[in-house]
Amino acid sequence: MPVVDYPGREITCKIVYYGPGRSGKTSNLQYIYERVPAERRGAMVSLATHNERTLFFDFLPLELGTISGFTTRFQLYTVPGQAYYRNTRKLVLQGADGVVFVADSQRRQQEENIESLRDLHEALADQHVDPRTLPLVLQYNKQDLPRDLISPPHLMEEELNFRGVPSHAADALTGAGVFETLRSISELVLRRLNATSHAGART
Amino acid sequence: MIDGRLRFDNYAVGPANRLAVSAARAVVESPGAVYNPLFICSGSGLGKTHLMAAIGNGLRAQHPGLEVELLSLDDLVDQLNAAVAAGHADAVKRRWQSAGALLLDDVQFLTGRAETQSELLRMLNALQRAGRQIVMTSDRPPREIDDADARLLSRLAGGLTVDIGVPDFEMRVAILRHKCAERQLELPATVLDEIARPPWTNVRELQGALNRVVAQQAIGDVTGPPVDGACREPQVVPAQSEDEFESFLSDVAAAVAESVESWRVQLTECIERWDRAGFRTAMLARVLAQPVAPDVEALDARFAAACERLRAIEEDAVRLNPALAGHPSFRDPDRLADAEALLLHAYAAAEPPPCPDPRFTIDRIVGAPTNLLALRIAATVIDRPGADYNPLVLTGAGGAGKTHLLHAIGNALAARSSPARSWTVACVDVESWTQQLIAAMQTDTVDRWRARYRSCDALLIDDLHLLSGKERAQEELFHLFNAMHDAGKQVVFASALSPSKMTDVAARLRSRLDGGLTVDVGCVPEAERVARHTPVSPGDEAAAPTIDLPATDPIIRPLPGASVVASSEGLVDEFFLDPEKVVTDWPGPDGRIVETVP
Repeated sequence: MPVVDYPGREITCKIVYYGPGRSGKTSNLQYIYERVPAERRGAMVSLATHNERTLFFDFLPLELGTISGFTTRFQLYTVPGQAYYRNTRKLVLQGADGVVFVADSQRRQQEENIESLRDLHEALADQHVDPRTLPLVLQYNKQDLPRDLISPPHLMEEELNFRGVPSHAADALTGAGVFETLRSISELVLRRLNATSHAGART
Repeated sequence: MIDGRLRFDNYAVGPANRLAVSAARAVVESPGAVYNPLFICSGSGLGKTHLMAAIGNGLRAQHPGLEVELLSLDDLVDQLNAAVAAGHADAVKRRWQSAGALLLDDVQFLTGRAETQSELLRMLNALQRAGRQIVMTSDRPPREIDDADARLLSRLAGGLTVDIGVPDFEMRVAILRHKCAERQLELPATVLDEIARPPWTNVRELQGALNRVVAQQAIGDVTGPPVDGACREPQVVPAQSEDEFESFLSDVAAAVAESVESWRVQLTECIERWDRAGFRTAMLARVLAQPVAPDVEALDARFAAACERLRAIEEDAVRLNPALAGHPSFRDPDRLADAEALLLHAYAAAEPPPCPDPRFTIDRIVGAPTNLLALRIAATVIDRPGADYNPLVLTGAGGAGKTHLLHAIGNALAARSSPARSWTVACVDVESWTQQLIAAMQTDTVDRWRARYRSCDALLIDDLHLLSGKERAQEELFHLFNAMHDAGKQVVFASALSPSKMTDVAARLRSRLDGGLTVDVGCVPEAERVARHTPVSPGDEAAAPTIDLPATDPIIRPLPGASVVASSEGLVDEFFLDPEKVVTDWPGPDGRIVETVP
């Protein structure tokens, strides 16, 4: 649940970008970072290897300012996609208010997408979170690649979107679909504000 | 004001709203005769306001002489508040109650507004008695309006409650056709079908989809992205300019505004406003954390009144003592009592009340069997002020030494002052006190005059019997006594008459005097004074009998050779005459324990 601190008049939302390795999660955050005015963003913490693959996680705090009287903060995280960082992923996923699943649209990556989506559901189940209740948005990234290399959005839908959640085709490197995805997950997360227990701590 | 564009002829009718429309038409045909009140409920954007306006327009068209009032509950509250502020609330209420039909939109906002609810209940009763038509809309049925008066809910549900459901496909197409006709748009039927195909849950979304299609057409972009939801397959949306973040921010703002309960937003805005004005808002923040919606307007008004009071207190206090400027309690409505106490102290410091005469001290009082009991009680009061005998009323004949003892108690209490705590003791006779009150009334400074006394740690008033016939002084003393007593401060009176004999004093004040202890100060026999060379100042009758050379431990030890038992018998009997007092272990004077019967 997003934390609404009524006495402190703060709303804090934690959004985690999940997906297989090299699907473009960090690219999403980098694009957002570049578009956010400097005074509204914190330092983007990115722990990456020399070949630019996320080793631990990325963290981008966004200060959205005062909205309806509430100081609103978004905390964007990515998880390392590689299979052997499962524990790190679970750690980052803890307390998430919403998840963006960044899928790699390349045909040869379909198995990894499905495996990662399954991994997401398992990680949520381990934390006793019902995946059906957690706001989730799918992003089909790398749609800019040649047609013969990728699955078009409608095929990606058939493969991954069995829950019928909002989905967006994207090209995170150029930014296409990045903010649409963020907007979509934000709306889902914020819609749950009313259901949040007042002044309660994150559960 | 009723929007003339919202009529029955441009209101699409389908299975979702057929009953509501039939009831609305019946009301227009026979206002006040059928379905009164008519309560229309539906989710947001499903046409209840349109239907209500259609009723209003229909009533005006079919019954030209009928006065129709249409307003939202918020408008009603605003107008009522403004009218109350302007002093013509009754005129506004009369206008509403004399309307031929009252159409009230969004009554779900009644939640938590107790005063509005009671006003509305009165209005509905009056309108129904007069056979006037009432129509109300809400986003929920009457029984689901939280925190509402049961009588009001029963009134709301007492007529007919109809709901409007989500439009089906055909109805959505019909709505789109109406919208196109209004805007003189011509869109192919297939396009309208396509726009209407997604299962829109509200008409505004449907209208928004139409607007987007029309906008795309206007810029000639027929290949633009399809209407949201009209096509499930996601498309790559090209990245926009640098405005992307601002656009995102604006969407988030809209989502937050929609999601956070409106009363919380309203209250948060109040908090911000008062924060900016420099006041602590912890009081409002506590309400914000509660699950139940309060009456935010009333809460804000109360907070504003408290802040206004704090400002006035600060202004007065700083004028008396500039060092108090910026004191935190002047900026915290939670600490209004502290601020008032500060002001009282400032008044007292600027104009200290009369203090006891320093000539009269305990160690100059001669203890005699006749006054021993009074001295012993005085010692207890000095030791534990406000604890055992509050108030203490010293009675006795003229010249018995009541004034001496009263001032002596005052001086002893004032002597309790220490660097850690100062003791302010007010000691005044009724005549002076009354004159001060009259002077304060003449200069319109009664508040300050009161404050001088209320800020004291102990109050001692002489010649209480002279209050007879002074009604205003009695009233002031009654309130002053209550304030002092409630604060645990010691009050001592001296009077020639016991409270029960002061028949010209208000009973409520007398009963309070009876609630403490009345003790008689007996005269020291003349022979004893003469034998001990007591100096007697001519004319000083009050002090003369008991002023003597300092005695060692005069309070509890009787004079050598005095016959304690024999001379105190009469006093004991007199004391026992008062039904509310008991003295035990009598007659051994050293072992007397005085108790107040509960």
